[in-house]
Amino acid sequence: MKVVSQSIDKLDAMALVTGKPVYTNDIAPQNCLIVKVLRSPHAYAKILSIKTDTALKVPGIACILTYKDVPNKRFTMAGQSYPEPSPYDRLILDQYVRYVGDPVAIVAGDSEKAVQKALKLIKAEYEVFKPILDPEEAIDNNTVIHTEEDYHVNFDIGNDVKRNICCSGGFESGNVDEAFEKCDVIVDEVYHTKANNQAMMETFITYTHMDYNGRLNIVSSTQIPFHVRRIAARALDIPKAKVRVIKPRIGGGFGAKQTVVSELFPAIVTLKTGKPAKMIFDRYETFAASTSRHEMKIRAKVGSDKDGNIKAIHITTLSNTGAYGEHGPTTVGLSGHKTMPLYNKAGAFKFEFQVVYTNTMSAGAFRGYGATQGAFALESAINELAAKLNMDPTILRQKNLLEEGEVLTAYHGETLRSCTLNSCINKGKELIKWDEKYPYKRISDHKVRAVGTAITMQGSGIAGIDIASVQIRLNDDGYYTLLVGATDMGTGCDTILGQMAAECLECDMDKIVVNGVDTDQSPYDTGSYASSTTYVTGMSVIKACKKLRDQMLTEASKILKVEKDTLEFDGQKIYNEEKSITLDKLAQELVVGDGNYLMASASHSSPYSPPPFMAGFVEIELDTETGQITVIDYFGIVDCGTPINPKLARIQVEGGIAQGIGMALCEDITYTELGKMKNNSFMQYKIPSRRDVGNIKVAFESSYEPTGPFGAKSIGEVVINTPPPAVAHAVYNAAGVNIRSLPITSEKILKGIMAKR
Amino acid sequence: MFSLKEYITPSSLEEAYELLNKNKNNVILGGLLWLKMGNKNYNMGIDLSKLGLDTIIETEPQIEVGCMTTLRQIETSSVLNTCFDGIVSASVKNIVGVQFRNCATVGGSVYSRFGFSDLLTALLALDCYVHMHKGGIIPLEKFIKMPYEKDILIKIIIKKDGSRASYKSCRMTATDFPILAVALSRCNSSWKIAVGARPNKAALAAKASKLLPENPTKEDIASACETVTSELHFGTNLRGSAEYRKELAKVLVKRGVEEICR
Amino acid sequence: MQIKCYINNRLFNEVIEPDMLLIDFLRHTGFTSVKRGCDTANCGLCTVWVNEKTVLSCSVLAASVNGKHITTLEGVEDEAIAFGKFVADEGAEQCGYCSPGFIMSVLSMKRELNDPTEEEIKHYLSGNLCRCTGYMGQLRAIKKFLQQGKDGA
Repeated sequence: MKVVSQSIDKLDAMALVTGKPVYTNDIAPQNCLIVKVLRSPHAYAKILSIKTDTALKVPGIACILTYKDVPNKRFTMAGQSYPEPSPYDRLILDQYVRYVGDPVAIVAGDSEKAVQKALKLIKAEYEVFKPILDPEEAIDNNTVIHTEEDYHVNFDIGNDVKRNICCSGGFESGNVDEAFEKCDVIVDEVYHTKANNQAMMETFITYTHMDYNGRLNIVSSTQIPFHVRRIAARALDIPKAKVRVIKPRIGGGFGAKQTVVSELFPAIVTLKTGKPAKMIFDRYETFAASTSRHEMKIRAKVGSDKDGNIKAIHITTLSNTGAYGEHGPTTVGLSGHKTMPLYNKAGAFKFEFQVVYTNTMSAGAFRGYGATQGAFALESAINELAAKLNMDPTILRQKNLLEEGEVLTAYHGETLRSCTLNSCINKGKELIKWDEKYPYKRISDHKVRAVGTAITMQGSGIAGIDIASVQIRLNDDGYYTLLVGATDMGTGCDTILGQMAAECLECDMDKIVVNGVDTDQSPYDTGSYASSTTYVTGMSVIKACKKLRDQMLTEASKILKVEKDTLEFDGQKIYNEEKSITLDKLAQELVVGDGNYLMASASHSSPYSPPPFMAGFVEIELDTETGQITVIDYFGIVDCGTPINPKLARIQVEGGIAQGIGMALCEDITYTELGKMKNNSFMQYKIPSRRDVGNIKVAFESSYEPTGPFGAKSIGEVVINTPPPAVAHAVYNAAGVNIRSLPITSEKILKGIMAKR
Repeated sequence: MFSLKEYITPSSLEEAYELLNKNKNNVILGGLLWLKMGNKNYNMGIDLSKLGLDTIIETEPQIEVGCMTTLRQIETSSVLNTCFDGIVSASVKNIVGVQFRNCATVGGSVYSRFGFSDLLTALLALDCYVHMHKGGIIPLEKFIKMPYEKDILIKIIIKKDGSRASYKSCRMTATDFPILAVALSRCNSSWKIAVGARPNKAALAAKASKLLPENPTKEDIASACETVTSELHFGTNLRGSAEYRKELAKVLVKRGVEEICR
Repeated sequence: MQIKCYINNRLFNEVIEPDMLLIDFLRHTGFTSVKRGCDTANCGLCTVWVNEKTVLSCSVLAASVNGKHITTLEGVEDEAIAFGKFVADEGAEQCGYCSPGFIMSVLSMKRELNDPTEEEIKHYLSGNLCRCTGYMGQLRAIKKFLQQGKDGA
């Protein structure tokens, strides 16, 4: 392959490194109204009255909106295909506020100073209720978080809203209870993963304006332009045809922007005032008034015979969706379905889950989407099982690993078509020198070095639901325009999709123009989430290019007056043994007179979601007197099928591992007793700096996925999952302490060490 | 969001002092890092940057650090990297990043007397004084306990008493506030142990310091470590519990003493 | 109030509010490479040079740069391209939002440190956060960039 599998520079690279104005706030008109939101100081309250008259008198204030001014149509902010699994439990502004930070009023004015002043002058009176902050106290609590009569679920998700249950369900294959009875060794522990913030560098930013056709234009930093269009139309109670959404370059998303966070506030201001409006979330709001990773308490029970043949796995997950149900019903499934299948030989699987409402900030989508939480639980349990069996955990895993050709009962019965996980483990052991270093080495009287490991899987798109369309056009100079609806959020998908088109059309990258998302122009795509873009949108690129090639041959045969079957295309010209026409000439002729401008479009959806895999290996140094750990090396060995662009794939792995290290070591959203988020800034919520991640090293063990473009699967999410369990494992190997609650802080470690003394 | 009605760069300390006390909402601007995060409405911001107070001057008996000296200057100062085993420079190296330390000033850091202050902890272990415009020269140990008065911190003075010193901290991430910071010094046979980020303001552990002879035994060190945790108050915040901080204090003090005696 | 300053060697004579922050002044004046990433002086996205020293433009009053020279990424475009090529070669710009502040720090480091070790590089740049890359690609780019400087000399 000439273009695919090459480390091509990202198309936007030089614009980004020279600081060109390409992000939402860089291109927003100067005359936008500044929009800000008054937020609830209470975790759960009913607004009894709001006085806005004094605030309205502040010079420059254009409008102040309260719950009385918004459409009374409930919706979910979750960016998911319709009908969304997430409950319709939101209004743009509601009389009830359900977490500290819930919007109470929207203020728009000429300047930030005027708006800030007006915000201070709004007087709201509340009836304050006792909040629920602990998910374990949510079910059947005297406090009911959603009492609204128009609460709505689109289909059965095991919802029981009056009991604060957003969603519940389960799955069993084989007989788990019987299987456990026959086990020689059982691990049965509860693992606690915390809410984390996605912490992309660009906060939520949107500007809106009415265009010359009287349509609402929303320019926003989003992963889901088409879902924004649909959700905005519903929330604002206007026809979808009246909404256009444009996505400029995005400063990172990681799932945060798979939810409609900032869009509706300026949108309603523009609708009410007719004026352009802009909302920039500051970092405090980005932390405390968006969505986080779902906090989960996961009980993992794993049993094996004395030789380490795993017989049964039972996972029970309690997930905290916070005040609203965004992504609640969907994330939880991954904690079981994207963990247990790794040990497909077990034979008996059981998965039970409940997703509950609490008066904390709504949870949402964050890279890994439940699989990350599940991986910490099950991979930790597998490491604990290995310890009980007195067996090397890599050998325990390899003994029980899923294999190509197997039907994965715990993964929706999908057949595994591509998997090199076994080689990933071998490669990782070799790179980290596992056999030499496992389990630990003492360096000094208080320093120990130890290694740890975990494996993981994810999916590639949502099977049967995600749909991606692209259109490719042949332009008059013999170059192509590729229109995509997938959203490049810095990942480089525009480039990767362009590479696939270039490969299919046998041309260089400079012949392909890739156009980012404008819902008026781009073909429909569910958006960039669920690790879907390379796998799903990639296939539609292949299909569309194939169609375009066919059309080109048809047109060439007319011009050359030869049978189409005799013609071939080599990227430069269309020819047979006798005649030939260059692409340039063909393209030119097609846009003159009775020519036929060529465009081909295609949609793709996959009935499968082939899992990518990764084995993670970490070496840490532990200070046994302070409990402090330092990550020395982290090796990630990945099977993402064919890496379409190896250097971009590598950066995905490195970045995902760094985020996973943050989750493992320091990231932890916590609340006061009154439900106020304690760490709503980079000062208090620490993401790793470049001094905290050690040396991250990446290798690929590529399989070939027959249902994917050029054999590719996904890579975006699988890479974040291994650090929490791998680091926990290394800590166990260093100090004999099992940390089952994230993050793995020095304090928890030292406590464990002291308890053992 | 903070606000400021007027910005001024006075040409003398007298003028600055007069302006500061003219209105209760007038304020001396340090590095702005903290001030701008607040929500106060100030009347006048007084910038001392025209007064030549951004230097580190070494004389025979002492080192003088002007209030507008940045933390980055402290970090890279050859004098401060050499004297007292370099602990003053070492104490600021982990504070956020270079561009932050290029903004943050010594005056801002010391005057504010923040609980998490690395610099304050290091200075407290040395024979250090603050020179206030009105209040004159005050030992740092006393200054830390004083209320916030409307005065101008002109410079800090560190006596070159030949102390050996050590600075240790534990942090959740490399550039975060410390969970605990410990600075020690030994001048002749007299020890000083300063503990900061407890999370309260840095304080000297006087009793523990007295328990250490010039060349302490393991037992001396152990009893000093125990005394540190009993004589100082330790608290709980996001970064750690009081109990954990006590354990860290013992370990860091022990390591500091051992380092100095090595 | 009135201030006079040089931005990227061009003289600006502007009327500003006394509490305007340098970041807002620069973005308002058209230097939109300067990005705001936090409210607490922790992220490094807004890094620019004042008189050749890196500062957080979110924590500097515009009033205080009166008479000074400010440099943003727009003012060092040739160097940004020279270094940026190495970054692109690693795919390490990713979302690009931290790039302007990061590159201003890297170029400042190149002026300030002579042949820095990997540890020194990490220390010097620890105030520049990045959430996409895990920092390794940036490190590879920096090492190649500095190496090229040496080879060229």
